[in-house]
Amino acid sequence: MKSAKDNYELLEGSQAIARTIKNLEPAVISAYPITPQTHIVEILAKYKADGLVNCEYVRAESEFAAASIVLGASAAGARVYSATSSQGLLLMTEVIFNIAGMRLPVVMTCANRSVSAPINIWNDHSDVMAIRDTGWILLFAANHQEAVDQHVLAYKLAEKLNLPVMVNVDGFIITHSYESVIIPELSLIKKYLPDYNPLLGTYLNPDAPVTLGAFFTPDYYQEARQTLHQDLLASQTVIKEEYKLYKKLSARQEAGMAKPAIDNGLIEYYGPKKPNLILVALGSVIGTIQETIKSENIGLLKIKTYRPFPGEEIAKILSSAKNVAVIEKAISLGNMGPLYSDIRGALTKNNRLNISNHIVGLGGRDVTKKIIKGIIKSASGRANEAKFWG
Amino acid sequence: MEYQNKFISPGHNACAGCGQLVATQAVMRGLNKDTIIANATGCLEVTTTSYPQSAWGLPWIHSLFENAAAVASGILAALNKKGDVKTKVVVQAGDGGTYDIGFGLISGMWERGENILYICYDTEAYSNTGIQASGSTPYGASTTTSPEGLKSIGSTQRKKDMLAVALAHKLNYVAQSTAGFPDDITNKVKKALALNGPSYIQILSPCMPGWKINNNEAVMVGKLAVRTGLYPLLEYVNGQLSNSSIKNNFQALAVEEYLSQQGRFKHLKPEAVKYIQDLAEENIKRHKL
Ligand SMILES: Cc1ncc(C[n+]2csc(CCOP(=O)(O)OP(=O)(O)O)c2C)c(N)n1
Repeated sequence: MKSAKDNYELLEGSQAIARTIKNLEPAVISAYPITPQTHIVEILAKYKADGLVNCEYVRAESEFAAASIVLGASAAGARVYSATSSQGLLLMTEVIFNIAGMRLPVVMTCANRSVSAPINIWNDHSDVMAIRDTGWILLFAANHQEAVDQHVLAYKLAEKLNLPVMVNVDGFIITHSYESVIIPELSLIKKYLPDYNPLLGTYLNPDAPVTLGAFFTPDYYQEARQTLHQDLLASQTVIKEEYKLYKKLSARQEAGMAKPAIDNGLIEYYGPKKPNLILVALGSVIGTIQETIKSENIGLLKIKTYRPFPGEEIAKILSSAKNVAVIEKAISLGNMGPLYSDIRGALTKNNRLNISNHIVGLGGRDVTKKIIKGIIKSASGRANEAKFWG
Repeated sequence: MEYQNKFISPGHNACAGCGQLVATQAVMRGLNKDTIIANATGCLEVTTTSYPQSAWGLPWIHSLFENAAAVASGILAALNKKGDVKTKVVVQAGDGGTYDIGFGLISGMWERGENILYICYDTEAYSNTGIQASGSTPYGASTTTSPEGLKSIGSTQRKKDMLAVALAHKLNYVAQSTAGFPDDITNKVKKALALNGPSYIQILSPCMPGWKINNNEAVMVGKLAVRTGLYPLLEYVNGQLSNSSIKNNFQALAVEEYLSQQGRFKHLKPEAVKYIQDLAEENIKRHKL
């Protein structure tokens, strides 16, 4: 038997994602270029040109159109894919809401980037935070391997739950850097992900006409939104199950990586049971934090599923600590970081916790070990204001 | 007729006598069951799909106000991938969704040369939100955002020439009709679908509250629009104007006969009427009516 080690390849993040999408065989791809998403859609266009993928690739004239095109294709029963960043995601916003409200299993990559003004093309999480309340499942990848694996998971979740899924990968840091990664093979995907064949009568087909996107009066609207909310919350159970199943089938043991104490697809926790401090973060900054932590008294909570927000799981872990520092690459202007506010909301029962909020890396500012060390030093206090580092 | 009831049923919430629904029924008579419709937000969508009811007997989707063209492109891509060459994709939108907010996406769809029939029900205003002016509102019409008044004759813009925009995209089939001639609409829909490729049909759809006409007048006003030369029955196949039904129905009536039927023009002074007569003459010359 070949060991997992043999399958590692050194790949650019965008290429790793594009290769994975190729194996996932979407029927329709539509996208519009924006840095740092571009490599992903260029590589897929070349696959199409070379006959390596058997899909329709619709070149759209804007992100708004691209999102609408995958919406239409999904409503007609096709597996679809799109990718964007920053201004592109903002331009899509109206369609993003619509896709979730129509319960379409669209999968999209967001190569996370700051938003304008001032214009800046580098990484932070301002783009995805603008659409966090739209009803999508939002996954965050910390490295290349997670990025590719989360795309496989995304299709399984989307098609099982009729919910759209966005995989967030840090622009440049993941999309343009090289790391060794295993591309999920076609055979693994076939075993894990059934072909997408929605039931007749649930999608646009002349053999069983349906009306999609009807007009809801006050008599019906609230229930529709409440159902979406409840289904999104309930999807946590499915995310955990599917994550576990995928881990089992892919039988992947990451060599040399510290083993998390908790690892369930929603969150990962590294560290002792009763730490002095827990650092919480999303995305690729996790790697820098992991490299920095030397003390045995410090834990690290990595959030992989940001929506639905795994508030209960997070509260359970954080309650065991004295101090919590939430490190994030976004700010809700005029308030605190969005992740911080979400965590505060989840911690209603524990008021004794010292919880502080640290904003880092906006617009691609380097997040160094020195910054993380500074955060660790300053984190034993309650802060009512977000502190900016770097 | 059986198919009429099957594709669009009575019992929807449109105004009794609505010109847009007269036109829609005529469009439906031109379609067959292997059709998928992408509909923009507007009167047609709102009045026909009040959940849990629907007047549609064809697979039908509404997403947003401005994206019906792109949604249709996605549907077509899904059909192409399945190898389904039988099912036709049809877009339905108002003039607001077509001339204004959805304009860029229509151009994108036409650029891609996709085999989609786009139908614009032209009420010459945003009917659904209360008759605000659109890029299609004609000169002199009073709307809620181009009201007539002591210092205003209503809309001072000329109606945008969407047919010319469609022709500039080299569509296979471009046509214009009105709710005054339902059979002409049906024939044009059939013809557009028979010629594979992108096509555009624009149908003047008199709106009773918008045009301030009575609910038995939509068809009559639709006929007058043609007979005065203001909204001729036109048809272009591969960019060439064909004469089909134009000559029979054009009677060179004075535009006043059309304008005076409608409250939206009742404030117009003779100079404005003269200007509108000039617009009709321009049409007559240009299309050799
Ligand atoms: C982005 C956006 N802007 C505005 C609206 C409000 N709106 C809904 S329908 C409509 C007007 C529709 O006019 P038209 O396309 O001419 O169709 P009609 O109702 O006249 O048939 C407007 C302005 C909307 N739904 N979405």
